[in-house]
Amino acid sequence: MPELTLASNGGQVLTAEDTANSPLAIRGMTVSYGQKPVVFSVDATFVDGSMTAIIGPNGAGKSTMLKAALGILRPLSGSVTVYGKPLDEQRARIAYVPQRASVDWDFPTTVLDVVLMGMARELGLLRLISGGHKSRARECLSRVGMEEFANRQIGQLSGGQQQRVFLARALAQGADLYLLDEPFAGVDAATEKAIIAVLKKLKADGKTVVSVHHDLATVPEYFDRVLLLNTRKMAEGTVKEAFTSENLQAAYGGRLATAQIDQVLAG
Amino acid sequence: MIWQALTLQLGYNATLVAIGAMLLGVSAGVTGTFLFLRKRALVSDAISHATLPGVGLAFIVMVAFGGDGRNLAGLLIGSAATAALGLASVQWLTRRTRLAEDSAIGAVLSVFFGFGIVLLTVIQTMQSGRQAGLDGLLLGSTAGMLFSDAVLIAVGGALTLALTLLLRRPMIMVAFDPEFAAAQGMNTRAVDFATMALVMAVTVVGLKIVGLILIVALLIIPPVTARFWTDNTARVWQLSGVIGGVSGFIGAAISASAPALPTGPIIVLTSFTLFALSLFFAPNRGVLAAILRHLRFQRRVHMRQGLLALAQGQPIFERYTMRILAREGLARADGVATDDGRARAAKALLDEKRWEILRGMADHESTAALYDGLRQIETVVTPDQLAEIDARIAAPQGVPA
Amino acid sequence: MGSEFVSLSLPPMLIGIFAAIACALPGNFLVLRKQALIGDAISHVVLPGIVVAFLFTGTVTTWPMMIGAAVAALVAVILIEAIQRLGKIEPGAAMGVVFTSMFAAGVLLLERSDTSSVHLDVEHALMGNLESLIWLDAFGWSSLLDPEALAGLPPELPRIFIAMVGVIAFIWIFWRPLKISTFDEGFAQVMGMQTGALGLALVAISAVAAVAAFDAVGSIIVIAMFICPPAAARLMTNRLGRQVGWSVVFAILSAVFGYVFAGYGPMWFGGQDSVSAAGMIATVSGVILALAALFGPARGGSQA
Repeated sequence: MPELTLASNGGQVLTAEDTANSPLAIRGMTVSYGQKPVVFSVDATFVDGSMTAIIGPNGAGKSTMLKAALGILRPLSGSVTVYGKPLDEQRARIAYVPQRASVDWDFPTTVLDVVLMGMARELGLLRLISGGHKSRARECLSRVGMEEFANRQIGQLSGGQQQRVFLARALAQGADLYLLDEPFAGVDAATEKAIIAVLKKLKADGKTVVSVHHDLATVPEYFDRVLLLNTRKMAEGTVKEAFTSENLQAAYGGRLATAQIDQVLAG
Repeated sequence: MIWQALTLQLGYNATLVAIGAMLLGVSAGVTGTFLFLRKRALVSDAISHATLPGVGLAFIVMVAFGGDGRNLAGLLIGSAATAALGLASVQWLTRRTRLAEDSAIGAVLSVFFGFGIVLLTVIQTMQSGRQAGLDGLLLGSTAGMLFSDAVLIAVGGALTLALTLLLRRPMIMVAFDPEFAAAQGMNTRAVDFATMALVMAVTVVGLKIVGLILIVALLIIPPVTARFWTDNTARVWQLSGVIGGVSGFIGAAISASAPALPTGPIIVLTSFTLFALSLFFAPNRGVLAAILRHLRFQRRVHMRQGLLALAQGQPIFERYTMRILAREGLARADGVATDDGRARAAKALLDEKRWEILRGMADHESTAALYDGLRQIETVVTPDQLAEIDARIAAPQGVPA
Repeated sequence: MGSEFVSLSLPPMLIGIFAAIACALPGNFLVLRKQALIGDAISHVVLPGIVVAFLFTGTVTTWPMMIGAAVAALVAVILIEAIQRLGKIEPGAAMGVVFTSMFAAGVLLLERSDTSSVHLDVEHALMGNLESLIWLDAFGWSSLLDPEALAGLPPELPRIFIAMVGVIAFIWIFWRPLKISTFDEGFAQVMGMQTGALGLALVAISAVAAVAAFDAVGSIIVIAMFICPPAAARLMTNRLGRQVGWSVVFAILSAVFGYVFAGYGPMWFGGQDSVSAAGMIATVSGVILALAALFGPARGGSQA
């Protein structure tokens, strides 16, 4: 029997140093719904200053892994460190953009109010919102091209506009690590462009971006690293290293015909 | 005492009440099942509280026309009228405004109840109202149950039960998949309306025995209890009827066996006892079974992860994983694998590798989708396929030409 | 007129107003969290909480009753959550199982225990007794400044006032986390908020409001105070702050008009005796909700 190496480890062995430097390091994470693990024994180390896409077929556990990493879901096993420290000590350095459909858009509040929610940590319980906070919130809105909607009721926005507001709220958090759950799902082309421009700017400023992503065709254009997930981690690395036809075949199985893969890779 | 009560030897009234409560329990249990399956259990709470103003109005009207305000049939007709109005209000609020159904239910039940209380105080000030005893309908009052009352309850309960059984197929279809039912040409609104009308009928019939505040319990607790024991819809309503009937009978008997044991609350608590037993001890969906299953499952996950880590020479961070490996004699406390551990680890790694190969094989897509980290690959592929996979492992990596 | 008003009408009216405000404030969040029926459950389990507290202490005193009711509410909510999760039962059915059973247990305990010496009976628990909370020591408006007369105030009045102040303080201090976690629980968790504990605290504070209001209006009409003013307020505005403001206005209107109609309404129709004030307060709050549903500027859903 030859020496076996699993592709899912990508050949890399993590050192304590890697973990300490990584904005987000996940170790041995298993998350299950009922008796079925949807994420099984995943190790992942995201690289500082990179833009990583988490990709994989439907039901592969992408959002689940992200939520478990953020403490929204409780994993069956596994540990998470953020910049080398436990998650709870590093909350201020994390910004999160949940799936748009996860909230009740009928909630009685305005666009500006939602963005101000991103500053809740620095505001604490009782500090009043000052003009400075408001102008910063407006600034975040203008970065996503939504400044003229500041006083709209959130239920009146289109899907793309709602997504931009969520991104503005994340910007208001002033974090170092940005985690996004399918930010491009069901948004118009203009919004997609606006969002990716903001994310690229964040990367240029040295921030780290991790996004659950669905559209394989845009991966090479938008991101510099990928993590392929299908219950297990199938591959992790730069787009060049890991976004290969073997890895895609392994992660997506027959669901993605070879012809399609070639198209994506050529595209 | 209790034995005599259970064998109906405590006299005429107690027997009447016990039989009435049993019939009520059966029809509430069966009817409630369809409400529960439709996931609208608490609509019954709005319906039942909305009966109160109807009772008051019926009393006032009957007295105004010179009749006896306490005529049970008259009171029940009145209660059905305002219950229907309450139900219509819930639907109007949910459809016409942005309010969710829970707010609509809460608003309707409390406002109708409040108005009912207003009417009760009006009745208390009427000449003939002083001894009306209408507040007996709040929590049920079986003390002076007449034979005619019992007949009314029995006939009403039987009719409701018969109608429910007649309509059970469309109600199940709408509860399971309303869109499919509509696509089949079924009038889902009419079916929903029928379900609600039946619930209303049970509520009205149950006013005398358990009262309007607690009748909800008889509609909800038996089906929830039954659900713990079976996944089969027909079994759920059958079992629910049995549980409702048993609760009604035993509850009424207990209540008759000693003073100051009000019938309604005792019936509710009897059915709750059955519920609590099911919650904990039901074989598949029960809490104990679920906890045991979860612990076993968690152990398997940690074991597998630990073995894979051993096989690949990775450090193990989780103390629970380490403990399990040590307890099974697979690794020493310092994380070094024993001989046994090394063998098991190699097997786990081989299995994992086989899955990896399987996933890359385009024609085994549906088999590969069964992967969850724990399943033994031997259970999903034939020995021939396994041999093919092993051949690929032995061969250099890559897709063979 | 003045002296009669101060001794007979002012205390119950104030109690009604304070109770309505104390319930409406947390009610806003219950309605937005689609937990309106938790208000229903809480108000039903106040009864067993109070009875158990009575059985332990032998008296009907404020603090044991408050604690008993708050504990009962927490027990109920935890049971509901447990049944929902462990038995995979939908929330409505889980609530229906828990609060009816606990209410039945409360009625049973009440019937079994000797409460004849104290002011605790089933009818009172269901309907409340606002009219009886009068101030016999008052002889006109000047009594409001007379310490001796003030000592004779019905004890329910300071109790509900303190409860209301407590509720206001809670909502004020935790406004921001309550708002964020109600809108987007996952985001609140990522920000490091203890959303589970916050949800339980909201339930506990609602239970305190419910038990303080319980004396006056009984356990079922409390539900109207939890739900109707906030639900009507939601149909008036699309801003949370304004919604809470409207809900307080509606709560006060319900209490004042409910009390006045109950006391004087029958006379307008030639009757002599007044009708249940608690019932009338619920009725008025329902009328306000109906009007808001018909004419409220923000009544339509987002799809409309």
